[in-house]
Amino acid sequence: MISKLFKFKGGVHIPQHKESSTQLAVEPASIPKRLILPLTQHIGTPAAPIVEVGQKVLKGEKIAQADGYVSAPVHAPTSGIIEDIGDYPLPHPSGMLAQCIVIKPDGEDRWIELKGHSGDYKQLDPSELRNIIRSSGIVGLGGAGFPTSIKHNPGPDRVIDTLILNGAECEPYITCDDMLMREKSREIICGLLITKHALQAKRCIIAIENNKTLAIESMQQAAKEFADRNIEVVAIPTVYPAGSEKQIIYTITGKETPKNGLPLHIGVVCQNVGTTAAVYRAIHHGEPLISRYVTIAGDVKQPRNLEVLFGTSANDLIEQCGGSTADIRRIIIGGPMMGFAMQQITIPVIKTTNCILIDAGQTKDLHTRQYTMPCIRCDSCADVCPVNLLPQQLYWFSKAQELDRIQEYNVFDCIECGCCDYVCPSQIPLVQYYRFAKSEIWKRERETQKSDAARDRHEFHQFRIDREKAEKAEKLRQKKAALKIKKQATDQSNEIGNNDKKEAEPKNAAIVAAMERVKAKKAQQKVEPKNTDDLTDHQKKLVTEIDQRRAEQRETQVSNSNDNAKMDNKEL
Amino acid sequence: MLSAILVVGLLATIFGIVLGFSAVKFKVQGDPLVEKIDKLLPQTQCGQCGYPGCKPYAAAIANEAAEINQCPPGGEQTIQDLAALLNREIIPLNPENGAEKEKSVVIIDEETCIGCTLCIQACPIDAIVGAAKQMHTIIESECTGCDLCIPPCPVDCIIITPIKKDLTTWQWAKPTELGINNSDKQAQVATDDQ
Amino acid sequence: MSLYAPSSPHIHNDNSITKIMLKVLYALIPGILVYIYIFGFGVAINILLAIITALSCEAIMLKIRQRPIMPFITDGSAVITAVLLALSIPSIAPWWIIFLGTAFSIIIAKHLYGGLGYNPFNPAMVGYAMLLISFPQQMTTWQLSTPATFIGLPDSFKFIFGDHTPAQLATDAISGATPLDYLKNQLGLSHHVSDIMNSSNVFGLLGGNGFEWISIAFLIGGLWLVKQKIIHWHIPATMIGSLAAVATLFYVIDPDQYASPLFHIFSGATILGAFFIATDPVSAATTAKGKIIYGACIGLLIYIIRTWGGYPDAIAFAVLLMNMSAPTIDYYTKPKTYGH
Repeated sequence: MISKLFKFKGGVHIPQHKESSTQLAVEPASIPKRLILPLTQHIGTPAAPIVEVGQKVLKGEKIAQADGYVSAPVHAPTSGIIEDIGDYPLPHPSGMLAQCIVIKPDGEDRWIELKGHSGDYKQLDPSELRNIIRSSGIVGLGGAGFPTSIKHNPGPDRVIDTLILNGAECEPYITCDDMLMREKSREIICGLLITKHALQAKRCIIAIENNKTLAIESMQQAAKEFADRNIEVVAIPTVYPAGSEKQIIYTITGKETPKNGLPLHIGVVCQNVGTTAAVYRAIHHGEPLISRYVTIAGDVKQPRNLEVLFGTSANDLIEQCGGSTADIRRIIIGGPMMGFAMQQITIPVIKTTNCILIDAGQTKDLHTRQYTMPCIRCDSCADVCPVNLLPQQLYWFSKAQELDRIQEYNVFDCIECGCCDYVCPSQIPLVQYYRFAKSEIWKRERETQKSDAARDRHEFHQFRIDREKAEKAEKLRQKKAALKIKKQATDQSNEIGNNDKKEAEPKNAAIVAAMERVKAKKAQQKVEPKNTDDLTDHQKKLVTEIDQRRAEQRETQVSNSNDNAKMDNKEL
Repeated sequence: MLSAILVVGLLATIFGIVLGFSAVKFKVQGDPLVEKIDKLLPQTQCGQCGYPGCKPYAAAIANEAAEINQCPPGGEQTIQDLAALLNREIIPLNPENGAEKEKSVVIIDEETCIGCTLCIQACPIDAIVGAAKQMHTIIESECTGCDLCIPPCPVDCIIITPIKKDLTTWQWAKPTELGINNSDKQAQVATDDQ
Repeated sequence: MSLYAPSSPHIHNDNSITKIMLKVLYALIPGILVYIYIFGFGVAINILLAIITALSCEAIMLKIRQRPIMPFITDGSAVITAVLLALSIPSIAPWWIIFLGTAFSIIIAKHLYGGLGYNPFNPAMVGYAMLLISFPQQMTTWQLSTPATFIGLPDSFKFIFGDHTPAQLATDAISGATPLDYLKNQLGLSHHVSDIMNSSNVFGLLGGNGFEWISIAFLIGGLWLVKQKIIHWHIPATMIGSLAAVATLFYVIDPDQYASPLFHIFSGATILGAFFIATDPVSAATTAKGKIIYGACIGLLIYIIRTWGGYPDAIAFAVLLMNMSAPTIDYYTKPKTYGH
């Protein structure tokens, strides 16, 4: 039993706005006309398509495979025909395009043959479980999208003491985990037991913010059945960002994830409830990850949660919630604190999309920055920072682009939760300053790496040229030396006329013969000028001059061609 | 009088010894400044600065023979970094050396390439592979965009292409502060100066 | 179609600089009312005069610096500076004193350093220090704080806009030295503390007669500010704490030579300084540990300057001295980041 919760530093209390979207039960969203499936729905290398345009696929069929260790496959969310493989807008703040697979559903929604391991998961080795989870395309559904199979692989020497099931869902408006816990508590608990087995974890804590009474009740009810399995449902205080991994671990265990480290370094693994339910479906039913609960909230006529196939466009979902209440000016993927505003409304739902928040100017909360005042160092930001940074110092350094100083003040420990920004009386876009600084540092690092590589290559280039020059010079020297020796040798042999002469004789004879041949040829070819008999003195003089010039030219030509030959040698 | 002279003389001697000793003891070895400057240069080896490479330019800056604004590939960023390192004023890029342009690489149109090897000889970082009468190819990941291979090419088959932006290189923009700084450009400059 | 796509977070708690400054102003109200009750309407006239001067200077400077007038003129920071300066100045000081001081605060100490958020020194205290150094006589001639000397509105106008010299005021027997000043002078003549206190009616129950009630009113406002989380407890607590600690130490050593800690806390501008002046966020230390050091050092400096320095009160100089060290204090008191 947990006897004590730890209060993490900072945090803010935000109006929750969770009631409106929890009124209706979750229903599956209708299958849209087209599904656009990005190959990057997770952290890591994009998946590699294994289908072709025009190919027919069944629901649950793998259409792109993991490319590398940190990667995840993509499966067809429904049966249909591959319409296109090309670049489409991603749900990413950049508004960039990236490779997507487009499926035109055939309406049959026909599954491939599924092979589940209902009940007998305990017979499976943790590594077999990991393989199933990996090939089912499961990634963290809480928002980050880290491939779950990697998280389930702590390494042979690590002992996982606590498995924390994250049901905090601390961001305002988002209720998809809440609804999942209310409706699928048994699936979550079963998934939790599988995860526990895969990690060989000692205990499981299900942490839920205390404002979700129905979810807590439902989870406690489901956990009762497995009372002997060391599972505990814990209500944690409602304070943003209680659901952030670092903060929830501290709340439960009182331990801090070391810098540059992972929770498993302190014997903890933290997993989202949605991910856990997906693990259950993958192991028990063999179903890959093809849909998820998504909250559609904000300025729509009927805010609610829907079970959405990946690839469904946000626009379709807004339509299914009765449309927006006014002209949409902003669409946020994720919550209002950490979500990303999108440049387009047609972006698809992917594995990490937990909420689509619509801002049509009707919700007073969703503010637009009117002005930014100077920082007055009021320190409200430092008070609320859950990782104990000095946000205003980071702001000054980011503004002045003092990238060394900002790293000294640990900008990379910032979790971008937005608390500082939320309370800033000057309404400074602090989080954007940190994001800018981080991406600028990464850019500089890439550039430095590149220029270092270029320097190395250039130095090697210089070295190579010098070496070749030296080698050539050496060769030339050796040749000359060899010639000299040879010449001396021939001279000597001529003088002495000893045994060497025998060897030299055939050679000399050949040379003499060749010269003879040339002479003969020349003699044959020689065309005697016919009008050279009666020449005036002036003409004779001209002729000799011309002959001289020709001879000179011939000489220079010869030497040039020799040079050219040398050049050719060099190049080759 | 005498004692004052003695005291001053003694002090001078002591300080002299200390200074002389530390000058020998803490002498800075070599000339790391050139290395430091070279580290900030983009290593394109393009020669637009008027020196045969980045290292010679670095040496020239260190000897105060060259200004810090002669490197178009590095652009404003490099000028800022150099100014910070050398404690000099930030000056705009010298237009005589060229203009800062978007980062790019070159690619060889392999249909047109005749395999003359002239570009291979021009490349300062050996980022072009190929042999005589064989088609050449540029190792794109190594190319620094110095464009030195373009003038020697007899068939103009080398094309400058901007580096493709993707999600891994995408960057958050620096925020523009609404209200105070946006309303007036001059006001922005004034803040920056402070 | 491209939508409005700013960086997160997309919600805000609706706090603003104006709201913070307004709360500080509200917190000053009880103190100001008691101040007026004891010293008369001169205080109110001073405050009004200071506010008008400050806002005009602010507007002019914003214009000159090509900044938009609108969000800045209503941010309330100039008003706070004006009120704090007005509260530090004798209520019978001539009008040009308050005008000069406020103008100096806003123009030199605030805008020439870059305006709101960029001033390394507390503007009100810079203005005060300038006045104290330049016009010591006007700045140290306080009205006596006895009910008999309460000055009505017409008389206040006469003092502030009239041509009464300090000497004339003294002969009118309505003005004199502040308790701190009086004590200092008398101690200089080697009288004992207890004798001095009994000999004059400038002293009250806890500190200076009248000043103690003003201090208590400011204390109430200050505590409300702490509760409202506009200011942190660190600076006031450590500042008063360290002043009390040093005062106690010397009081125990020799009560004849050194005044009691209560006297130090409830005389002069100690409370006003602790809650409203030293806590000015722009010029103070910002880290939690830094604030503790900052506050403690101000308390210590106040005692040192009051007891051995050349000036009777020391809030301004102590605060300004510590303003200088705030960046350094911040640098060495970085908190431990999560996971480090």
